[in-house]
Amino acid sequence: MSTAQVTKKRFNLRDKFGDWWENATRTQRVIFRVVVIGFLYALPLLDNPVFGTTESDFASVLFYPMGMYAIMAIGLNIIVGKSGILDLGYVAFFAIGAYTHAIFSISFGFNLWVNIIFGMAFAMLAGVMLGIPALRLRGDYLAIITLGFGEIVRIVALNINVTGGAAGLAGVAAPPNIFGLEFRVDDAKPFYWLLLTLMLLVIWAYIRLIARRPGRAWEAIREDEDVAEFMGVATFKYKLWGFVLGGAVGGGVGAVYSSQVTSIVPELFTLQVSIMILACVVFGGMGNIWGVALGAALLGYFPEKLRFLSDTRILFFGVLMVLMMNVRPNGLIPRKKREKVYDKHSGQEVTR
Amino acid sequence: MDFSILWTDFASLLLDGIVVGAIYALVSLGYTLVYGVLRLINFAHSEIFMLGTFASLGVALLLGFDGFGEPLGIVAFIGVFLLIALVAAIASGSAAMLLEVVAYRRLRRKNANRLSSLISAIGASLFLVELFRIMTDSKDWDFPRLLDKNVLLEFGTAYLTTDKLVVLVGAISLMIILDQIIQKTRLGRGIRAVSQDERTAILMGVNVDRVISFTFLIGGVLAGVGSAFYMLFYEATKFNVGFLLGISAFTAAVLGGIGNVRGALAGSFALGIIQQFSSAVLGYNWRDVVTFIILVLVLLFKPTGLLGEALQKARV
Repeated sequence: MSTAQVTKKRFNLRDKFGDWWENATRTQRVIFRVVVIGFLYALPLLDNPVFGTTESDFASVLFYPMGMYAIMAIGLNIIVGKSGILDLGYVAFFAIGAYTHAIFSISFGFNLWVNIIFGMAFAMLAGVMLGIPALRLRGDYLAIITLGFGEIVRIVALNINVTGGAAGLAGVAAPPNIFGLEFRVDDAKPFYWLLLTLMLLVIWAYIRLIARRPGRAWEAIREDEDVAEFMGVATFKYKLWGFVLGGAVGGGVGAVYSSQVTSIVPELFTLQVSIMILACVVFGGMGNIWGVALGAALLGYFPEKLRFLSDTRILFFGVLMVLMMNVRPNGLIPRKKREKVYDKHSGQEVTR
Repeated sequence: MDFSILWTDFASLLLDGIVVGAIYALVSLGYTLVYGVLRLINFAHSEIFMLGTFASLGVALLLGFDGFGEPLGIVAFIGVFLLIALVAAIASGSAAMLLEVVAYRRLRRKNANRLSSLISAIGASLFLVELFRIMTDSKDWDFPRLLDKNVLLEFGTAYLTTDKLVVLVGAISLMIILDQIIQKTRLGRGIRAVSQDERTAILMGVNVDRVISFTFLIGGVLAGVGSAFYMLFYEATKFNVGFLLGISAFTAAVLGGIGNVRGALAGSFALGIIQQFSSAVLGYNWRDVVTFIILVLVLLFKPTGLLGEALQKARV
């Protein structure tokens, strides 16, 4: 640690909050969590002209695009942000989940709760089938292969009978009622609550996971794959796990999505969706789940709120990606770059 | 599936494959040259091509061709087509140079990681596609017929029409010119030097920024001329025309060995022919699936491509 130097204190909102969180008592933390989660659940009821959307139903906007982007971005963050695998075909997992629910509910009458599991399982299976050959490659080659995978899934859905071809599938079953909540096409609130619940589960699982060995392995792989390999990290295994788990989130969400829109066509699952979700991850801050979720929700929200953005939103996303990479490559809320280290002798905070 | 078509239409499939391959070659050279100097896949290259198709169309419409007039004579055609190709080349070439400045240069100076450059390029590509989607109303645009597609020669089932001949002659002469530029000129030597070892090239007094700009310019010009040939052959364009063509051209570059100029040419013709034959058997819908599968197989089993990497060491 000869090169260690004492850091200057710079004002940084994330660190301020991090310090507060570390020093907070258990009660304070519980209160904070309850308030935030309660606020998120109450959001669709707080539809007002100030932050509600005036032209479209606020609850629908909360479900799609805001919530949908957020949870998919969290899933993609495991792949891109955590393990540094640039996946341009994330929409494939989403499509697999959506078609799983559509086909199983129409042909076999399975309900959504079963189909979420099936959707995740099929997405994971696809992840393994693609990942085993593809994850041996790196960087841009991997990006191209995943892009190809996303397109292949769409082209296959367009050309085979079981998915209904270009006409798609209509009459996808809504979820069964639960706790007296009725899932209707014209009311997006229950769908939003369902999505939010799933998102909290995913975030909880993610936090448990990254605190442990997989999280450290992913970070090591992202920083330097060769060094990670030399240090004894089973890089291939963890990359595959990251890829498959991220895919599972996409598959589960896909099933929920198709249950809300009730009819799906292959044109919903274009490359643009993958890139939009990637833009959300990049905008929020790769690797930081809070940044990613917030960034995705904002990117979903602004085009709905500011109508002049809604037609040109993709144009705006493209500019945003170039700008973010050039000006603030770590995103809105960057991940903590270095863990805090305290110098043995001085006891001061140092950085390596 | 009907395999007999492979034999009955062998000659025509082969000829079409070669023509399509010639167009792929012009685009795939852009990928391979940029990969050589930057070690990056230029994701926005396909949109440079797309821009070229609209530039060609714009010139043709401005010159007053509406597709209903009499086709041109041979001399008038050559003049008009040279003008179209020139404008498309200028448009695509300058767009490619601008792209390098906007999306890559700053990141390169900062030594940012590859993921950042890639995402930046994807952003630029998204921007261009969306800009043209809005500007062109998401419509299919037809290119007026400039030249009667007379049959010049017949080999069995293959008909060598005038447009195919123009594409072949034009593309092959461009390839020869490019090969000479890379081998003989000062900037061509610069490109080869930076491809081999950027740091040593800097020490030897090569102006890397200029070489990189020039590489993007060549790639853009080739894509622009390629787009003019594309318009002559297919006679239609759309805002998303670049995407699948870009994937094919990229696959061709990888198939030949990315970073290798002659490899890109070989890969393009090979891919064009494979695509024609596979579409004849499986149907046109599956063409791109076949392309992707070829790409995956090459990357997995022979990542250095058919001809290996001549410009620099293999990096996967």
